[in-house]
Amino acid sequence: MENENNVSFEEAMDQLEQIVAKLEEGDVALEKAITYYQQGMKLSKVCNDKLKNVQEKMTQIVNEQGELEIFEVGEEE
Amino acid sequence: MKDKYLTVTALTKYIKRKFDTDPHLKNIWLGGEISNFKHHIRGHMYLTIKDDNSRIQAVMFAGNNRRLKFTPENGMNVLIKGEIGVFEPYGQYQLYIQQMEPDGIGSLYLAFEQLKEKLNKLGYFHKDRKREIPKYPKKIGIITSPTGAAVRDIITTLRRRYPIAATTVIPVLVQGTASPESIRKAIDRANNLGNYDVLIVGRGGGSIEELWSFNEEIVADAIYRSAIPVISAVGHETDVTISDYVADLRAPTPTGAAELAVPSQLELSEKIIGMERSLTRIMHEQLSGSSQMLNRLKQSYAFRYPEQLVTQKEQELDKHVDRLDKVQKSQYERKKEAYTSLKIRLSAQHPSVQYERAVKEMNQLVKHMNQFMNQILEQKTARLTSAIEKLTLLNPLETMKRGYAIPYSSSGNIMKSVKQINKDDQIAVRFSDGTADCHVLGVKEDNDGK
Repeated sequence: MENENNVSFEEAMDQLEQIVAKLEEGDVALEKAITYYQQGMKLSKVCNDKLKNVQEKMTQIVNEQGELEIFEVGEEE
Repeated sequence: MKDKYLTVTALTKYIKRKFDTDPHLKNIWLGGEISNFKHHIRGHMYLTIKDDNSRIQAVMFAGNNRRLKFTPENGMNVLIKGEIGVFEPYGQYQLYIQQMEPDGIGSLYLAFEQLKEKLNKLGYFHKDRKREIPKYPKKIGIITSPTGAAVRDIITTLRRRYPIAATTVIPVLVQGTASPESIRKAIDRANNLGNYDVLIVGRGGGSIEELWSFNEEIVADAIYRSAIPVISAVGHETDVTISDYVADLRAPTPTGAAELAVPSQLELSEKIIGMERSLTRIMHEQLSGSSQMLNRLKQSYAFRYPEQLVTQKEQELDKHVDRLDKVQKSQYERKKEAYTSLKIRLSAQHPSVQYERAVKEMNQLVKHMNQFMNQILEQKTARLTSAIEKLTLLNPLETMKRGYAIPYSSSGNIMKSVKQINKDDQIAVRFSDGTADCHVLGVKEDNDGK
C-alpha cells in the first residue's frame, strides 16, 4: 500500500471498497484476510480524516487570458 | 340481390382501412390556423385547423396535449405533427395531433426534430457510448455562465456535498448567436487541459429561444467528441435539449447536475463507517470460523486415536493384499486353463496322431489284404485239394493197387495187346509198389477176341 499521505481520497475509497468486496466474497486465506483487514481499517481512517479535515477548496474560474483566478460566488442576483 | 349492398359500417371500415394503410397519412406535418377550439372537461382537445380555402377536423388527446408548452387559442397559427384517421361513428376523417407548436417557434421546433433525427441516425444518442461518471471526481469543470443562479446552485451544491473536489468555472455565453461557439470552445478547452474528471454543461431555465444554444449541432458535436464525461443541465426538468440526448448523463436542473456529479459527504461518512463495520464483522466471522475449524480438527478421530488410525489402515492394507493375492491367483488359474485347453487342442493336431491314424489305417488295410489273401489261398487250396483228390481217383497207380499191373517192353513201351508179346521176350511188369522182370513162357490169344 502507498504511503497514506500520498493516497488521494478517491484512491483510498476505491481500495477500501475493493478490500471489503474481497473479504465479503469469502475464500480468503486467514493471514491474507488479516492483512486486508488491517489495510482496510487504515484506509477507512484515511478516508474519514480526509473527509473531516478538508479545507474547502476555492472554486476557480478561467479568465479571458486563459488563466485561473479565484471565483467568488455571488450571493444573489 | 341484397348482397350487392354494403352496410354503412362495412363501408366505413373499408374507408378507414384505406386511410390507415397510407404511410403519408400516418406522418403528417401540417401548418394552419386554429378555430373552434374546445378543451373538453375530460382533457381531450377538439379543434379545426384551417387556411383560406380548406379546413380539417382535429383532435389532440389528453396524453399528448399534457406536453404542450403553450395554450392553443382560436386564430393562432400552429405547426402540427400527427396522422389522419377515420372516426367511425361519424364517418368523418380527422387529424389526430401528436405534437403542436405555435408557428414561428415552430420553425425552431422543426429544426430541433430534424437535428435530433440526424444525430440519432449518426449514433450520437446510443446508450452504449454513454460513459460512466466517476464516483469520486477530483476535478470538476463547470461550463456555464459565470453569472446567474445556475452557476451558484452548482457550486454551492458541490461544496455542500463534496468539498474535496476542485471546481473550475469555464465561463461561456449561454444565449445569443455567439453562445454555441463559446460553449464548443469551452468543452474543447477542458478536454485539452485534460485533468477534469467530469464536465457539467448547462444553464438555468428560460424560453425555448434562450435555451436554443443547447440544441445547436456544434454544441452537440463538442459534447459527442469530449473525452471527459459530460453531465448536461439545461433549464428545468421539462426542457429537453439535444445536448441532453448526447450527454453521458442528463440532469433535470443545474442543482441536479451537481448532485449527480459528486457523492454526498454525509453518505460517504456513513458508507465508510458501514465498510468498517463490514470489515470487522467479516474478520470476526473468519476468525471464529477458523478457530471452530481448528477445534473440530483437534477433536477429530485422527488426533484422538492416532494408533487406531494406523491399525485401521493396516487392516485395510491386509484386505487389499488379500484381494491382490486373490486376483493374482484367479488370474493365474484363468491363464493356466487357457493354456491347457490350447495345449490339448494343439496336441490333437500333433503329426504323431496323424501318423498313428495312418498306421492304423494301413494296418487295417494290411489286415484286410491278408484276409483276402487267405480267402483266396483257401479257395485255391480247396480247389487244389479237390483237384488232387480227383486226380488221385484217376491215378493209374491207385488202380494198380487194386491188382492191376502194366507190362513194358524191353524198349520201355507199354504193351496193350498180347500180340505185341512173343515167347521168350524179356518184359518188365510194373506194379504199384515195384517192377518185376519177367520171362515170357508162352503167349495165348483169346479166341473171342474181337
